[in-house]
Amino acid sequence: MAKLWQEMGLLASEYDKIVNIMGREPNYTELSMFSVMWSEHCSYKHSRPVLGTFPTTGPQVLQGPGENAGVVDIGDNQAVAFKIESHNHPSAIEPFQGAATGVGGIIRDVFTMGARPIALLNSLRFGSLDNDRVKYLFDGVVSGISWYGNCIGIPTVAGEVYFNDSYAGNPLVNAMCVGLLNHDDLKKGVASGVGNPVMAIGARTGRDGIHGATFASEELSDKSEEKRPSVQVGDPFMEKLLLEACLELIRSGAVIGMQDMGAAGLISSSCEMATRGGSGMIMDVAKVPRREEGMEPYEVLLSESQERMLVIPRKGKEQIVEEIFNKWGLEAAVIGHVTDDGMLTIMEGDKIAAQVPATALTEECPVYRPEAKEPEYLSRVNAFSAQDLPLPKDCSEVLLSLLASPSIASKEWVYRQYDYMVRTNTVIGPGSDAAILRVKGTNKGIAVTTDCNSLYCYLDPFTGGAIAVAEAARNLVCSGAKPLAVTDCLNFGNPEKPEIYWQFKEAVAGMSEACKRLSTPVVSGNVSFYNETNGGSVYPTPVVGMVGLVEDLDHRCSMDFKEEGHLIFLLGQTKPELGGSQYLSVIHGKDMGKTPSLDLETEAAVQGCCLEAIKQGIVVSAHDCAEGGLAVAAAESAISGAIGCSININTKMVPHELLFSESQSRIIITVAPENVEKLKTTANKFDVNFEQIGTVGGSTIEMTVSEELQISVSLETAASNWREAIACKLT
Amino acid sequence: MKFGVVVFPGSNCDTDVKYAIETVLKQPVDYLWHQEGDVAGYDCLVLPGGFSFGDYLRIGAIARFSPIMKSVEQFAGNGGLVIGICNGFQILLEAGLLPGAMKMNDSLQFRCQDAYLKIENNETAFTNKIMPGHILRVPVAHGEGNYYADESMVAELERNGQIVFRYSSSEGVVVPEANPNGSTANIAGVINKEGNVLGMMPHPERCAETLLGGEDGKLIFESIINWHQGGGKRG
Repeated sequence: MAKLWQEMGLLASEYDKIVNIMGREPNYTELSMFSVMWSEHCSYKHSRPVLGTFPTTGPQVLQGPGENAGVVDIGDNQAVAFKIESHNHPSAIEPFQGAATGVGGIIRDVFTMGARPIALLNSLRFGSLDNDRVKYLFDGVVSGISWYGNCIGIPTVAGEVYFNDSYAGNPLVNAMCVGLLNHDDLKKGVASGVGNPVMAIGARTGRDGIHGATFASEELSDKSEEKRPSVQVGDPFMEKLLLEACLELIRSGAVIGMQDMGAAGLISSSCEMATRGGSGMIMDVAKVPRREEGMEPYEVLLSESQERMLVIPRKGKEQIVEEIFNKWGLEAAVIGHVTDDGMLTIMEGDKIAAQVPATALTEECPVYRPEAKEPEYLSRVNAFSAQDLPLPKDCSEVLLSLLASPSIASKEWVYRQYDYMVRTNTVIGPGSDAAILRVKGTNKGIAVTTDCNSLYCYLDPFTGGAIAVAEAARNLVCSGAKPLAVTDCLNFGNPEKPEIYWQFKEAVAGMSEACKRLSTPVVSGNVSFYNETNGGSVYPTPVVGMVGLVEDLDHRCSMDFKEEGHLIFLLGQTKPELGGSQYLSVIHGKDMGKTPSLDLETEAAVQGCCLEAIKQGIVVSAHDCAEGGLAVAAAESAISGAIGCSININTKMVPHELLFSESQSRIIITVAPENVEKLKTTANKFDVNFEQIGTVGGSTIEMTVSEELQISVSLETAASNWREAIACKLT
Repeated sequence: MKFGVVVFPGSNCDTDVKYAIETVLKQPVDYLWHQEGDVAGYDCLVLPGGFSFGDYLRIGAIARFSPIMKSVEQFAGNGGLVIGICNGFQILLEAGLLPGAMKMNDSLQFRCQDAYLKIENNETAFTNKIMPGHILRVPVAHGEGNYYADESMVAELERNGQIVFRYSSSEGVVVPEANPNGSTANIAGVINKEGNVLGMMPHPERCAETLLGGEDGKLIFESIINWHQGGGKRG
């Protein structure tokens, strides 16, 4: 066996632990099982202790982390299940299938909970669009998401796309799914009840994706291309059938628990279900329907063939399961049964192929607390001051350049390829601060968003992590929703490097603090480490997916300016904070400075004020000030509303600082003149800074700072810069 | 008036059509599973959008052999109203119930966006409630909606009033820029010669409520109901 464990990615100490647990040397099949289950991807061995610091409880939480998806209450006996997950490494090698199967996997995680998937989101990061391979990756990822989501008929309603050189070789593809369920239909991934059958359902098992989880736990290199066979191939049609059949099965009451056979396939689903149920399982690999001849037991166990589920029905209900699956033209095979010995016993016919305690693969995996060390680059980049740079000659030009920079520009090129309307619930689709889906039969809406400014995290992971949470909540509030809970996708480099681990710990600490203050616990999530290419790490990117509730759809809000004569107000305060701004990054090519500060009390007050004003029905548009600052936010609201604006602010700051500073906790809202008094009362109640900064109207975007006209661009020019930038880059 | 919504494996706008008919228009409606053979008792059959059989082989090519399609053909042959939306339109083309064929969008990409539709014939069973000159705003969402017919077929369709909708500007001008997929003569929907089978790429069920951004799609369903009640010009 010498060195075999090494090839499978295990450490000597880990191998020793395995021998110790087993009381003997593991055979090849058993060793394979350990190698995938103890991979970073499945075991979270480097992240578990840190993840334990997230707040995870609250009166709204019906299911926190540890299940296939988190679940929160939305009243009326209804709930939403949601989770985000990464598919970065497969997408770096084979962008179309890598992204597509990422979408497929996250959908399964949601419907196994008994929820009907109602929305997809995705958070994407790529290198610069000037690079041809990046263009290929970007186009491939977007078409893969489009292909899978459109075919299965779940609308892709929101998300984000950023471009930065740190992602050139290692794009990030994080997919999120949100589902709706009744409390009574909530199902968990549990195997219990001795003698209950274990069934493999859906697609047949092939040799695809073997050791995919191990592949996801390594850095990428020039040799990664050789791992192309580790990328699975998706079939959204099969998944559509599986989705309908599983939901029908859950409603039939015949099922105890089910789980997706995702990363590490049959082995991970079976040992996790047995662990949660405190049970064991005996399974015969010979009974697993296969698409290839002559597969070894370890291949059947580790295969990551897509669109497969492991289902535990009640004994005697196998017939119901078969009938439902026959109707949908799917295979369902009994491959074993639940036991009470805590062992995962794998048979091949009448021969034992492997026998391992279920918890040895899950709970007994070693946990690491690697060294954390503040990276050296920080003092250098933080010391940078924007004051050393020349003043911009023309702020109009700056605004147009920012609007045309791919990270800020309209993502219409992306989302017009996604069916964002199917299921006829989309009240506000992609392009606004958050998307809103109505809940049929009620007057409620569910608002969803994903957020992360990784440049802030690179400059200060603690504050950057906190801002990701604050901004997600702010986006939901801008749409009229009360933020409920978080799912996170933590994308970092190699955690065995002390600098990376430090970034990870800091980001989680910052996120936790913000989650606590804003009462948005973390209910599900995913960690993706080893996002490095040939030794270079991506920017720390802790993506926050957040779900909120619009209690009354009559009081929803969107970002677009609506009518001539409406007054523009700024909630919150602009400070001279150009550090980490898109102004520095795009105009001066400097990813430097100090991340904008975040005061969570101010943040909570601004959000509280905005939400209450929306509920009072006095806010006609609301838009978060984010990348590009006040100038870009106002321009986006004007372009989206196809109506100009005139901004006029007096300040002690230099004009470009005021216009492009990315100070946090700011929202631009518009109100009709007759409602100004009401707004004043509400702002005072929350003790929030608010200032009238302009009026809506005309066909130009004008911004005057301290009596001097700084920006004057026609709406048409601004709109074409913003709308056409990404398409232009691709042709 | 009773509607039947045909459900193929992979249909995904079936629930949307049912919701629009049942909840918005308050009409009785049932799902009809593709393996069923009986469509007796229905007044209008809807073939909804989606990816029947995963769009494998060629779009609509497998669905057209589903057992229910024999009944749909008979139903249409007896003058019953049939409307195919998006994938439903594609299936009707494959089944030979409508003339022409479908190609991939010129952009080679899926497109989801609002489209403006000029009504070329508002005297059909499906358009009789649309006022002359009213330009509809209805979403499209497809990768393969590039309707093709050769010149002589287009001339014949025009002669017979079979071109029902064309993509246009919001003012109703039929221009290439308004065409989301490159279809011949901006065609968005056609009807058979007999006037009882309509195929359209845009999705009327997606815009039957103001909450979703518009009610223009409702006019299609209201026209069908009106026709069934004896309204509209005939013959």
